[in-house]
Amino acid sequence: MTTVGVVQFPGTNCELDALEAIGHLGGTGQLLWHGDDTVAGVDAVIVPGGFAHGDYLRPGAIARFSPVMQAVVAFARSGGPVVGICNGFQVLTEAGLLPGALQKNRDLKFLCAMAEVQVASDNSVFTSRTNVGDVLRIPVNHFEGNYTCSAETLAELEAEERVVLRYVDNPNGSVGDIAGICNGTRNVVGLMPHPERASHRLLGSEDGLPLLGSLLDAAGVTA
Amino acid sequence: MSEPLYRALGLTDDEAEAIEKLLGRQPNNLELSMYSVMWSEHCSYKSSRLHLRRLPTEAPWVLVGPGENAGVVDVGDGIAAAIRIESHNHPSAIEPYQGAATGVGGILRDIFTMGARPIALMDPLRFGPLEDARSRWIAEGVVSGVSGYGNSVGVPTVGGETVFDATYQGNPLVNVLCLGTLPVDRLVLGVATGVGNLAVLLGNRTGRDGIGGVSVLASVGFSDDEDDAAKRPSVQVGDPFEEKRLIEACLTLLDEGLVVGIQDLGGAGLTCAASETASRGGTGMDFDVSAVPRREAGMEPFEVMTSESQERMLAIVEPAGIDRVMELCARWEVEATVVGRVTAGGQLRILQGFDGEVLADVPASTLHDDAPLYDRPMAPPAGIDDFRADLASVALPAPDDVGLDLLEMVTDTSWVWSQYDHQLFLNTVVGPGGDASVLRLKHPISGIDTGRGLALTTDGNHRWCALDPREGTAAVVAEAMLNLACVGARPLALVNCLNFGNPEHPEVMWQLSEAIDGMTEACRVFDVPVVGGNVSLYNESQGADIDPSPVVGLLGMVDDLAAVPPGLTWADGDRLLLVGSASSHELSGSAWAFGRGHRRGTLPPLDLVSVTAVASVVRDLVAAGLVSAAHDVSSGGLGGCVAEMAVASGIGARLARVADHADLFHESMGRVVLAVHPDRLATVEDRLGDAAVEVARIGLASGDRLSVKGLFDLSVGQLTERSRGRLPDALGHGNTQA
Repeated sequence: MTTVGVVQFPGTNCELDALEAIGHLGGTGQLLWHGDDTVAGVDAVIVPGGFAHGDYLRPGAIARFSPVMQAVVAFARSGGPVVGICNGFQVLTEAGLLPGALQKNRDLKFLCAMAEVQVASDNSVFTSRTNVGDVLRIPVNHFEGNYTCSAETLAELEAEERVVLRYVDNPNGSVGDIAGICNGTRNVVGLMPHPERASHRLLGSEDGLPLLGSLLDAAGVTA
Repeated sequence: MSEPLYRALGLTDDEAEAIEKLLGRQPNNLELSMYSVMWSEHCSYKSSRLHLRRLPTEAPWVLVGPGENAGVVDVGDGIAAAIRIESHNHPSAIEPYQGAATGVGGILRDIFTMGARPIALMDPLRFGPLEDARSRWIAEGVVSGVSGYGNSVGVPTVGGETVFDATYQGNPLVNVLCLGTLPVDRLVLGVATGVGNLAVLLGNRTGRDGIGGVSVLASVGFSDDEDDAAKRPSVQVGDPFEEKRLIEACLTLLDEGLVVGIQDLGGAGLTCAASETASRGGTGMDFDVSAVPRREAGMEPFEVMTSESQERMLAIVEPAGIDRVMELCARWEVEATVVGRVTAGGQLRILQGFDGEVLADVPASTLHDDAPLYDRPMAPPAGIDDFRADLASVALPAPDDVGLDLLEMVTDTSWVWSQYDHQLFLNTVVGPGGDASVLRLKHPISGIDTGRGLALTTDGNHRWCALDPREGTAAVVAEAMLNLACVGARPLALVNCLNFGNPEHPEVMWQLSEAIDGMTEACRVFDVPVVGGNVSLYNESQGADIDPSPVVGLLGMVDDLAAVPPGLTWADGDRLLLVGSASSHELSGSAWAFGRGHRRGTLPPLDLVSVTAVASVVRDLVAAGLVSAAHDVSSGGLGGCVAEMAVASGIGARLARVADHADLFHESMGRVVLAVHPDRLATVEDRLGDAAVEVARIGLASGDRLSVKGLFDLSVGQLTERSRGRLPDALGHGNTQA
């Protein structure tokens, strides 16, 4: 059976939401404790949102040294599907699995709101069930969601079509309206919007389901 | 001769004498400081207890009523809901960010103390006018503090209110409500039972922050700015990451059944936690003050015992379970230290080492139960008859331009709540900005969705209460009822936060007593039990008391949450109905009258029975999915109500049958505007007819203008711009205090 592992650091708070959304899609999930140095038994990894280690020092800066992250990095390097959502995206950039960094929002304010994102690449473990050009309604919820990187990195991301999601109406000042990117081998994706928050009709949108479903597909291939 | 110590600690001569009588000897300085914090207004409710007893508190579904850390009600399917509201007004006036942040932290601990996982916060806020620079600074800091702490600790803030008025200049109100859910069988109380059991201090180290906070801050008013600055060290500093780990650790301990009783450390710190748990358990406690982990060297025992350092809990644990407790706390990186032992005999002894010197030795219950009870003098304000006879509808001329007045009245508060995570836990079906928030009700352990929903609203209205604290408070409860009805919910339980001025002023005590009577009347008619509350007195600045500001939180149940409730948005072509009738068109107490400086007069009469009927039929129509929008008429009157709906919808409306500006702006309580698709109009009107409530067809939703025949004609675009721009324009688009 395919199992999605959801990493839990002290301060993580979206881990149960991720599990619920995976369950809603018929998938199976389990928590991965930050102090364990293994991801054995899982076919995909979600690094969920929250405030790992309180975001102290800098979001993701402490979390990336966790034993579990060494295992997540090895899993990703071996081709395993890994997705970082919000704080998880920040952790993946700090861990060096994805380029660039997330700085404070342009308005220097925390922002929790519905956002529209357009699929810029359907070639990744998180967008395979979507089509380029699809517009998805998915909430954002962050203070440090303003994606930035060097001009060279940006050119590389664009040339290799590694921007997977772009904001329709940029809420945070991200360069190139970037909401999500993938690595060169397209098995690691980071994004600021929270697809698990768009996973039930009573929550106002189900547009997160194709993204999470894509991950289940990728996990199935690994399994 | 210098002043006796007890006075410096905030105790009166009579109170000092009472302590001596209880002990049969002179208290030492440590004992005196313990009594001073426990007998403070904040901890003992000494001015209000006598009156609070009148509130109705019982219903078959109430599991825990007032007096514990939180009220608890049975919500079915083996789930209980814990709810509590508290104020953090004075700390927020001095240090807005930390004042608000620690307010959030404190209310969360009250909830997980009961064994509940906190699932939602709400924050009713009151600030001075936007024109005042200091009030803007306070508002921005408070919002940043709620955002900074609440988001990080991982509990969504799903609603609240933000009001700006001159009465709060110098004394803002920061009330915070928290809701949690727990399996009914995990309910725990703050009791220390079982002689030989251990008291374990969990969480943060103890520092000098917040020493005497309850007596220094919460129990006196503000005079001038220099004194306020001197009070700043009494404000605590919050650490949401510590609190997050503390929540997880405590809930894990409770899951494993390792805890006999547990108590948060809030006002009065360790003194309160030790004495209250022992007092409730009918036991005593030996407390080793030297064992308490400290943040700084050289702290005196009295500082350790009264410090209000945040993010601490006191758990009562059986000796057999202590190793497992330590192991689980270590997993969550929460410091845990045995600091006490439950003893027989009822004495609270503060020791320097368990076998060391006895520093204090007092009956635990005397700190908790023997606090003074004051029947303070009360009297209606002088000249109340003239005050009430001065009617706004008589005194104020009709406006030249009704539309301009309406433009001034509508404020979109999304600037505030877009800074709060209001979606975490995937429960939020209706979030901030609606009449009431609606959350999916899931089992707190299994996560199984019950298909039902919890609805939550907070309401207050200082204008109504300034004119008539009794009728005004009843109207506030009525508004909360209608807010629940608009999302299809029936009421379960009410909590209150009673924000008033200086209780040593007889008119303030009269206001408090009247407000409690008004709340009692309304709760009896609506059959709603009061399950908890908080009293915040001494809200005054420069000698002026704030307008009486009772705030209520009302929890309700949506029995079948099959669809998203209609909300404020109407569709093009919807017919608009006004349900319920106005008792009068009197403008006194309205936002319109206060906006023109008229803060006197008599409220339109309130008919609670009629409100019950309107709430009941609106609830049924919403639950049946027959209406496209439902919004109660409150602040701003019918004009404010339809303007908010037009802004939310982005669609205008043409209204008729509104006679004049008084008809548009009066706030006679008990009315709801419904928007109904033409195909369902007959059905809806039949049901309203069966319910024997008054109903009037008032207009049609359509186009891009909001107009009332013969009164005004505004573009929805202009209304929207003014409504959405007001807060960002005044408070800035950025954030400076986070």
